[in-house]
Order: sequence, then structure tokens, then C-alpha cells
Amino acid sequence: MASRFVSIWFRHLTTDWFTLRRPLLRSVPFVLKDSVHGRMVITALNALAEIKGLHKGMVITDARALVPDLEVADEITELTDKLLLRLAEWCIRFSPVVAIDPPSGLLMDATGCAHLWGGDSSYLAEIARRLNDRGYDVRVAMADTFGTAWAVARYGRPPLVVSRTCNIEALLPLPPEALRLEPETVERLHKLGLHQINQFIRIPRSSLRRRFGQSLMLQLDMALGQQLEVIDPVMPLEPYQERLPCLEPIVTATGIEFALDQLLKSLCSRLMQEQKGLRTAVFKCYRVDGKVEQVDIGTNRPSHNVNHLFKLFEIKLTTIEPDLGIDLFLLEAPKVEDHYPQQEEMWEGMVSGGLEDVRLSELLDRLAGRVGMHSIHRYLPEEHYWPERSLKATSSLQEKLMTTWRTDKLRPIQLLAEPERIEVTAPIPDYPPMLFRHKGKLHKIIKADGPERIEQEWWLQQGQHRDYYRVEDEDGSRYWLFRLGHYDDKTYQWFLHGFFA
Amino acid sequence: MEGFKSFGNTAVDAGLGIMKDALPNASFPLGAIHEFISAKTEDAAATTGFIAGLSASIMGNNGTSLWISASRTLFPPALITFGIQPDRFIFIDVRKEKDVVWAMDEALKCGKLATVIGEMQEMTFTASRRLQLAVEQSQVTGFILRRNPRALNATACVSRWKITTLQSETFENLPGVGYPKWRAELLRIRNGKPGIWDIKWMDGRFVPAHDISDITSENLRYSTSHDASLAEVGMHKQVG
Repeated sequence: MASRFVSIWFRHLTTDWFTLRRPLLRSVPFVLKDSVHGRMVITALNALAEIKGLHKGMVITDARALVPDLEVADEITELTDKLLLRLAEWCIRFSPVVAIDPPSGLLMDATGCAHLWGGDSSYLAEIARRLNDRGYDVRVAMADTFGTAWAVARYGRPPLVVSRTCNIEALLPLPPEALRLEPETVERLHKLGLHQINQFIRIPRSSLRRRFGQSLMLQLDMALGQQLEVIDPVMPLEPYQERLPCLEPIVTATGIEFALDQLLKSLCSRLMQEQKGLRTAVFKCYRVDGKVEQVDIGTNRPSHNVNHLFKLFEIKLTTIEPDLGIDLFLLEAPKVEDHYPQQEEMWEGMVSGGLEDVRLSELLDRLAGRVGMHSIHRYLPEEHYWPERSLKATSSLQEKLMTTWRTDKLRPIQLLAEPERIEVTAPIPDYPPMLFRHKGKLHKIIKADGPERIEQEWWLQQGQHRDYYRVEDEDGSRYWLFRLGHYDDKTYQWFLHGFFA
Repeated sequence: MEGFKSFGNTAVDAGLGIMKDALPNASFPLGAIHEFISAKTEDAAATTGFIAGLSASIMGNNGTSLWISASRTLFPPALITFGIQPDRFIFIDVRKEKDVVWAMDEALKCGKLATVIGEMQEMTFTASRRLQLAVEQSQVTGFILRRNPRALNATACVSRWKITTLQSETFENLPGVGYPKWRAELLRIRNGKPGIWDIKWMDGRFVPAHDISDITSENLRYSTSHDASLAEVGMHKQVG
């Protein structure tokens, strides 16, 4: 398919933005000023100011003398870049590839897009109308190359649609400025009386290069499509992406669910063909007012199961605020992995379903969707004696044990997050205590085991060792106590660390 | 037996033989929700042990269980004492108790789990009925651990248990702490009759506590939980 490109030129980008905020500025000449070499000069102006004969780079005092009722505001730094970026993101509804074209334009790769709006001219008309509705004065042109589209948008006469393979005809009557040249080159061309492209396009290339440099040739080639021009889209293209533009803005939950279902179905059938499964997916809703609402999901293992993925999204769909309506839905899968069909177990016992079971990981995906992936833990043993370090948390269901669980030492079934201080009466050094007081309650110890000394791992953490005792009080409750430090030190402390079953 | 589907299974015996007469079909009801009440942390530890012991026999070699809690203090390495590989447990640590019910409901619908255990303080009748309906479809066994509940309201669970700690016994009253010993009170059970038993957890199964024959020298030698007492025994013999 032959490429088609659209160039959008914002004629009064910044002043339009100011006018949107202060509608009174619409009916008065209005300029923006900034200090250049200590002088206040005009950096941008609206249509009325242009009519009055003002131009960019004019000193403000001169302008005020010419137009007494001139409105002046300070230029906001980087406003243009921000505005263009925002508009470029908004324009994604018209084409997936939108790039910023500073200082006052956007470029779009509209290949295969226009027919969705019923042809080139209605496509352009729609873009222009929508941007006009937003309050921006634009000229939109379409051609086979960026260069020609750019030139026609700024210097061409309507209609601004250059039909296929008519690039040269469209360029011929335009002035040399239309070729995106440096000001010096343009000036030199005008000095020589070359006011239109058709006056010099037939001059031999070598002569042109000698007089005007390589850049003229390059720009000419780009405009004519002999040289490829690469643009840098504001949003990198996702290889796994599905789009669903809507003719009417969608406001209902049913509508959103339907859109999601459609997108999931087409994305999943593509993934299935390629034997892939997605690990993360983002569902983006482009609203009429330019905001983007999005929800994302993640899965434990690659999946292309429409029902499962829909359920994951369903939990979060309520967070989407359609407001005035959504006119574009986008489903992206940024993370995709190989997924090979799993063989069903022939013999399913009463309790099957190990950690490898797909339905288990799908359940965890659903849980993670609501409570967050960080709340799901699985523990693996670590080769440490220090109780807090004897296990490590993992979020993976597939991770295998590197070592075995220790069975030689008993560990309490309930372990306090922080050991709690207790008061203790202990008769002889290194004997288990006789009494201890925890939270105001006195426990008389009947039976005890221990001590089990656990030293600090000095290469990980400094501190004293712990002497653990397993004790049972008169109610039969079993506790895990420890003394921090040596008995002789006089600085030792007793702690309650856990409860045995 | 109305309102109670028999599951035709004898896998979960685990030494609960003494309770046989109290349980419907003389076996522990699977595919149902069981409620456990504990008043204090010490009893909660005992209850956790009891549940872990039951889970171990339900899980078998390849089962997976979920532990859902908003305030978990369970220390996974201890599960090995009750015959469970701790890495076969998946812990869902949610922030609010409301999410525990939701997560349990979701989990109980997944027929691929062996057991689902949820810790919550309060449970409404509606919530319990929702969970019970979920397990009737999936045949997963659910345990609800209610720590210090404000009121013992009516629930749709098939049983209500209360496990409290008892003083352990050692062979010939030697020093040291013995096998975990509990008083299991079955307060309520559908199609069964409530009762009270003293049991202990020994060698990977429940053992009636009054049974003296369990304390033999052979058991002592093979037990993992008595290393410490064995050491004590050895020491005292030397001293003596």
C-alpha cells in the first residue's frame, strides 16, 4: 500500500491556547512577548494582530505604537512543546503514528487510515473540524511524502489533498520556503529570482548542489519521495496492539465491556496463531475531551484465554470514567511470551492441581488484580539459622527449592513480626525461665526445652546471639522465648518470639 | 442427608478415628466450610496446628493450598512439622478483612485447590452462605479461622470447632515439652453430633491423647519433635 502522510500546521498555536483560557482575547489583537538581547520582542501573535501588520521579532514598543489596543502577555517557556505533545497524543485517534514537528506542527502517518473516515478529503476535514472545535486554527494537508504534505499545509492552496503520484505538480507553484530550507538558502534563492520551485527544479543537480549546498537536494528528494524520511512517533508502536475507533462516543459500561471483548478476541486469536501469550496488557480509552483512561493487568504465565483476561480486566473496568464519552479503544500487550498449548491431564485425581496448574495461576491473576501482585507470597527455604532469614518470599509459582526445609529444629507456627519484650525470672544461668510476664499476664512455666543458640550472621548483620527456649505454661500454651545476649553481660533482654501449636 | 453432599472419600482420616461417631458418614466432611473459633493467640496457634494437620492429609503429595489473611503471623517453616511442604502454600496477604471474604470466595470457586484457609474476625451469615455455596460447586474444603470474634453468630458453615491448648505429656514425665496436645471441641456440626476430645499431633497424624501406647521408645527415636527431649534424656542418664 502506498504511504500517505498528513501534516497539521497550527497557525497560532500559543495564542490560541491563551485565547482558550481568556475568551476576551478573541476579538483583540494579541501578542506574546519575550526578552531577546535585552529587548522585548513579539514571539507569537494572533490572526488579528497579523492583519494589523505586526510580525514576529518586532519590538513590543513599536507594535504598541502601531496598534494602541494591543494585548500583550508573557511567553511561557516550553509551552509549545507541551501543547504539541498533548495534541499529538490526542491525534492518535486518527492514526497510530503521530510525531511532533516543531515549532508548530504535527506529522501523521495516515497510511490505511483515511478510508475509515470515508476518503482522504473527509478525513482531513474531520481532523480540521475537530481541532477547530478545540479552538485551534489549523491547516491540514495530505500527500505521499512528509515533505510535500508539510509544504502544502503551509503554502499550498486548497484543496490541500495532493492525490497519489502528483507530488511534483503540487510542489511546482510553491515558494522555496516550502522545502524546509535554512533561511540563508531561501534568501539566496529569492535574490536570484527563483521565487517558485518550478523555476529551479529542472536545473541540473550538480549546479544546484554547488550553489545551494547538499541540504536543498536532500529536502527536494524528501519532498519528492526519492529519499526516505523517518519520523519519531510520540508513542512507540506496540507490535501487539488492537484499535477500535467508535463512530459515536461510548459512555455506558456495557459499551466499554463490548469494546474490550472485541479487542481481546482479535488480539487473542492473533496471539494464538503465533503461539504466544501475553503477560501484561493495557486497555486504553481515549476520551472525547482528550484525556486517556487506562487499566492494566498482569498474568502469572503467558495467556491468550479471552475469558480469563476479560475477567481480569472486569475487576478494574469500574475505574474507567467515560465522562463525555470514549471514541477510541486501544488494547496493547507490551509483554508477550511464548505459550505452548498444554496437554490436559488424562487422569485427574480428586485433588490434583499442583502449582503448575493453569487454573491456579488464573485464580492468582484474578486475586492480584484486586489486591495487588505484592500481596501474593510463596516461601522457599534459605540456608540460614536466623529465623527471620530462614525463608525467602517469592512471587513465582514455578520457582523451585534450592535447598530443603529443615525438619530437625522445631519452629513455632505463629511468629511475631517483631519479638516482644517480656519480664522473666530465671533461676540459674542458661536455664529456662520459671516465670515470664507478657502484656501484664504472668505465665508459670511448667515444661521447657532448650536452649538453642542461634548466632548472628556477622557478615550480614551485627548484634548479639539469641538463646531460644521452647516453654509450656500451666495452661498448656507453648511459647518460643529467647534471651538476647549472654547471661553474664547484665545487659541481656528476654523476648517472646512466637507460639507453638 | 439433606443439604449435605457426601463426597465418598476416606482420604482424610489422619487419625481422627475417635471422632468418627460424631462426624457425618463417619468421615471429615470435605467440600465444606469449617469454622474455628479461638479466643487468644495461644489457642489460635493450636487451631492453626489442627488446621495444618487436616490440610496435610487433604493436600496429599501434590495439592496446593491458599492462606488468606489480613493479619498473618503464620510462620511457614513450621508447616513442615504438620507434614506440609511450606512451598505448596500460597499466602494472600490482603489489607482489609473485607478482601479476605472476597478472595476466599474467588479461591473456593477454583476446584484446583486442596484447601483454602481464611483468617477473619467477624463473618456475617450472608458471607458464610456465599462461601458455602462456592464450595458446593468446587468441592474445595474451606477453613475459617476466627480469632477473638465479638459474637458467635449463626453461620452457614457445616461445623464449628474450638481448639485449645493442653499441657503436653512426656514419656515417664521426663523434662522437656512433649507433642502438641489439644482439646478439640466440636461445638456444632451438620448431620453429626458435637463432642469433646483430647488429641495430640504425633508422627504426622492425630492421636487420641488418652492412648498411652503411643509413647513408646520407638516413637521417641523416630520423632522429629523430640530431639530436644531426647538430648535431655541422654543428659540426665549421664548425670544419673
